[in-house]
Amino acid sequence: MVDESTRKTLSNIPLLRTKAGPRDKELWVERLKEEYQSLIKYVQNNKDADNDWFRLESNKEGTKWFGKCWFFHDQLKYEFDVEFDIPVTYPTTAPEIALPELDGKTAKMYRGGKICLSDHFKPLWARNVPKFGIGHAMALGLGPWLAVEIPDLIAKGVIHYKEKVENT
Amino acid sequence: MSTVEELQQKITELEFQLSKALKQNVPRREKIGAMSSEVVDSNPYSRLMALKRMGIVNNYEKIRDFTVAVVGVGGVGSVTAEMLTRCGIGRLLLFDYDKVELANMNRLFFQPHQSGLSKVDAAAETLKNINPDVDILTFNYNITTVENFDHFTKILTTSSLTNGPVDLVLSCVDNFEARFAINTACNEFDLTWFESGVSENAVSGHIQFISPGETACFACAPPLIVASNIDEKTLKRDGVCAASLPTTMGIIAGFLVQNTLKCLLQFGQVSNYLGYNALNDFFPIMNLKPNPNCDDKNCQNRQLEVAARPKPEQAQEAFEDEGPVHESNEWGISLVEESKEEKECVSVADGLSFAYTLPGVPDKSLEHAKEASTTSDVSLEELMAQMKSI
Ligand SMILES: [Zn+2]
Repeated sequence: MVDESTRKTLSNIPLLRTKAGPRDKELWVERLKEEYQSLIKYVQNNKDADNDWFRLESNKEGTKWFGKCWFFHDQLKYEFDVEFDIPVTYPTTAPEIALPELDGKTAKMYRGGKICLSDHFKPLWARNVPKFGIGHAMALGLGPWLAVEIPDLIAKGVIHYKEKVENT
Repeated sequence: MSTVEELQQKITELEFQLSKALKQNVPRREKIGAMSSEVVDSNPYSRLMALKRMGIVNNYEKIRDFTVAVVGVGGVGSVTAEMLTRCGIGRLLLFDYDKVELANMNRLFFQPHQSGLSKVDAAAETLKNINPDVDILTFNYNITTVENFDHFTKILTTSSLTNGPVDLVLSCVDNFEARFAINTACNEFDLTWFESGVSENAVSGHIQFISPGETACFACAPPLIVASNIDEKTLKRDGVCAASLPTTMGIIAGFLVQNTLKCLLQFGQVSNYLGYNALNDFFPIMNLKPNPNCDDKNCQNRQLEVAARPKPEQAQEAFEDEGPVHESNEWGISLVEESKEEKECVSVADGLSFAYTLPGVPDKSLEHAKEASTTSDVSLEELMAQMKSI
């Protein structure tokens, strides 16, 4: 079941239409455009709601994605690199989002810093192929993971606040 | 006074020399030209060839003609590869992109001194030492990415001992994405494969035989899970992703290779789906028919080809049997067949359930979300630039 906050999050991310993966030449370009349009809208909605929490970009084929995500804890901003590949079976299977710098620091990760998703994520994704895209994977996968794991990692002293020159 | 770097360099050199010296003193078995059933202490095949004498297998030495791909050389895959090596399989292809870690030492096969090595290279070294007759090829990459998938399918379709498709693909991977990638490849190139898995709580597992068009593929229905009878509320997942036990993985590897041998050497019955619940030692088995509306077009194509094929005569079995070939269960344990009346709603054996259900109608939770406006006059480059400039 989808709870109220998830429902609200989902309403901020435009749905996608084209069922195409990186092996489908022209259709994939169509899908990629939808991905970008959806992500742009989602990030804008986040900014408008004062809840800006990630940036992503991709290689020109749209198969490798990278960027940053950040999380506020006690008014301090913790920032992490994000990366993932689009699997050949996308969008039937979701991308496996990784935070490489946290690899080995928490049991809630698979090898390579891939985050451990909740039991709810896969069924929800499977029910919404091909409407869910990268924005949904971020919102339903990475968002809740950060909210649970980062405060815990801070409390355990595994990660520390790094002074950064703010240029945004 | 030497620097730390110089000393480290010296250690590496000495380690190399030591490992060479040790190898010279270790007995190594030479290659054996033809499998013999002669019982002498130097013949590693005598007990396997005895299967032939006892009438279990007609043609054991044929095992040398087969090529099997093992995808994922972790807790299940490494043991699977070792068993096939000891059985004298002709050629093994090993796929994995991971390295051996000390954290893997609760599982079988790998040893602490191998940590840091790629799993495929470490495995190949051990396996060649166990049985130099097996031809082992290694592929150290992630099969799910675009740049590797085409190479993966090329290898699967051209790497048998006669440069044709492999005889069997064994999925020993630990994630949904890789299983789906294997499924996609096997449907597209009509390759027979076994899917295998151990649950994240380590107390259940399964193997599934998939012959494209004949049995359900991995995309035909949501994955089946073996009920562990653990109350979901008492199952604590906080702080861990997955547990693992060498026992469960060893048992699943055993089931996998046993059915591989039955499939290749044509003896006994190959289980279509075999589950294992470790908590009460329950082994549900069932048959899964392909879904005519499967999401994978190649699965549908393979189903049409199978339907067009003349029905094979059922030679050995005396009784009429509608379903796929391997169905009878002499032990009478929990065999549940899909009855003809139940074909509409897919039924599963006792102790099994689907991981989730797929609705035929759009998810209601999304009624507020709008579709991304597809204005085709905006180019991808413009969108990428727009995203960057936010
Ligand atoms: Zn299918």
